Amino acid sequence: MSGLKEVIYCEVCSYPPDYCEFSGKLKRCKKWLNETHPDLYAKLYGDSGDDEVTNLGKKLVESSIGEERENKLEADLLKLQKREENKEQRELAKKLSSKVIIKREARTKRKFIVAIQGLEVFEIDMKKLAKTFASKFATGCSVSKNAEKKEEIVIQGDVIESVESYIQQLLAEKGLQDVKVEVIDTKKKKKPTTNSTESK
Amino acid sequence: MFKKFSKEDIHSRSNVKSSIQRTLKSKLVSQYPALELVIDELIPKKSHIELIKCEDKIQLYSVDGEVLFFQKFDELIPSLRLVHKFPEAYPTVQVDRGAIKFVLSGANIMCPGLTSAGAKLPDSPGLEKDTIVVINAENKENALAIGKLLMSTEDIKKINKGHGVEMIHHLGDPLWTFSIE
Repeated sequence: MSGLKEVIYCEVCSYPPDYCEFSGKLKRCKKWLNETHPDLYAKLYGDSGDDEVTNLGKKLVESSIGEERENKLEADLLKLQKREENKEQRELAKKLSSKVIIKREARTKRKFIVAIQGLEVFEIDMKKLAKTFASKFATGCSVSKNAEKKEEIVIQGDVIESVESYIQQLLAEKGLQDVKVEVIDTKKKKKPTTNSTESK
Repeated sequence: MFKKFSKEDIHSRSNVKSSIQRTLKSKLVSQYPALELVIDELIPKKSHIELIKCEDKIQLYSVDGEVLFFQKFDELIPSLRLVHKFPEAYPTVQVDRGAIKFVLSGANIMCPGLTSAGAKLPDSPGLEKDTIVVINAENKENALAIGKLLMSTEDIKKINKGHGVEMIHHLGDPLWTFSIE
C-alpha cells in the first residue's frame, strides 16, 4: 500500500488545480480540468459549470475575509487574468512575426556550414537540438554566438534541405506552422559550373 | 531564496553515492520523523540521486530527475512536490484567502495573514522561531509555499504585526518550474 498522495498538476499553469484561480490563466485551466478530470472540476467549480451566480454565492459562504475584501480580491484576480491573457497574446504575436533563418555558407571549395538563427523565441533548447542534429547527420554541430551576439546553431556539412524539413516538422509539432522559415543559400550549388565544364 | 534562479546558477552536478544516500535518508527522517513510513517510497533504494550545487551555496537533491529537497547550510528543506506527496509530515501553518495572491508572488507572510479567521496556527506551545513550515491556504487542499518562521508562532499570535514567515519556495517560482533534463 502506498502512503503517498498523488497530486494532479494543472498542465496549463503547473499549479495544483486548487490554485488555478490565482495563476491568471483560469479560463484555460478550467477547460483543461473539465476535459481531463471532470470529477475534480465538479468539486472545485461546482457541478453547474458556467453558473457564475451559484459559484460566487458558494465562495462567499466559504471565505472568511468578508465580502468587501473578497470582492477586491476577485477584481484583482480578474485584472491579473486580463494581463496574463494580453501577455500571452503578445508572445504569440511575437512568435508568429519572427522567423527562422537557415543559412548555408561556404567554407572552402566543397565544404559548407549551415547556420540556423531565430530559434530561441520558440522555447527550443538550442543545445539539445544541436546534439540531435549532430547525431542525426553524423556531423559536428554546436551552438555559437554570431556577429549580432545572438545564438545560432552551426552544423558542419551541406544538410540544408533536411534541416529545413526537420525544423518545419518541429514547429508544426508546437502548433506554429505559420512561422516563416527562410532559407538563404549564399552560394549556388556548383552543378551549373560542372555542367559548363562538361559542355566544353 | 529562489527569486532568481536559472540554469546559469548551476555550478556542478554529480551523482550521490549510495552510502551518502543512506545518511541523507536518515537525516531527512530525523528532521521529519513522520517521513519514516514512506521514505522508501519517496526515495527507493535503487533510485538515482543527483546533487546539484548552485549559486549561493544552495544544493538541490534530485531523485530520478525530480528535485525533491534542497539544502542551504545544514538543514534539509523539502520541495513543494515532495510536500504534496506526503503533506502530513511537516509543521504547517495556514494563511487566509486574501494572502494567497501575495504568497504566490513571493512575498514574506505578514502576521495578520496568519492570525485572521481563515488562517490557522498550531496550538500552543506552537513552533519555535526558524522552523521550516509548510504554508497552506484556506479552503485549499495542497500546500502553496514553504517558509521559515521569523518569530515563534506564539509571538505571531501575540505581536500580530510585521513579517511572520520568510518565503523560501512557493508555487510558480523558478525552482517550481525548474526541470532537469
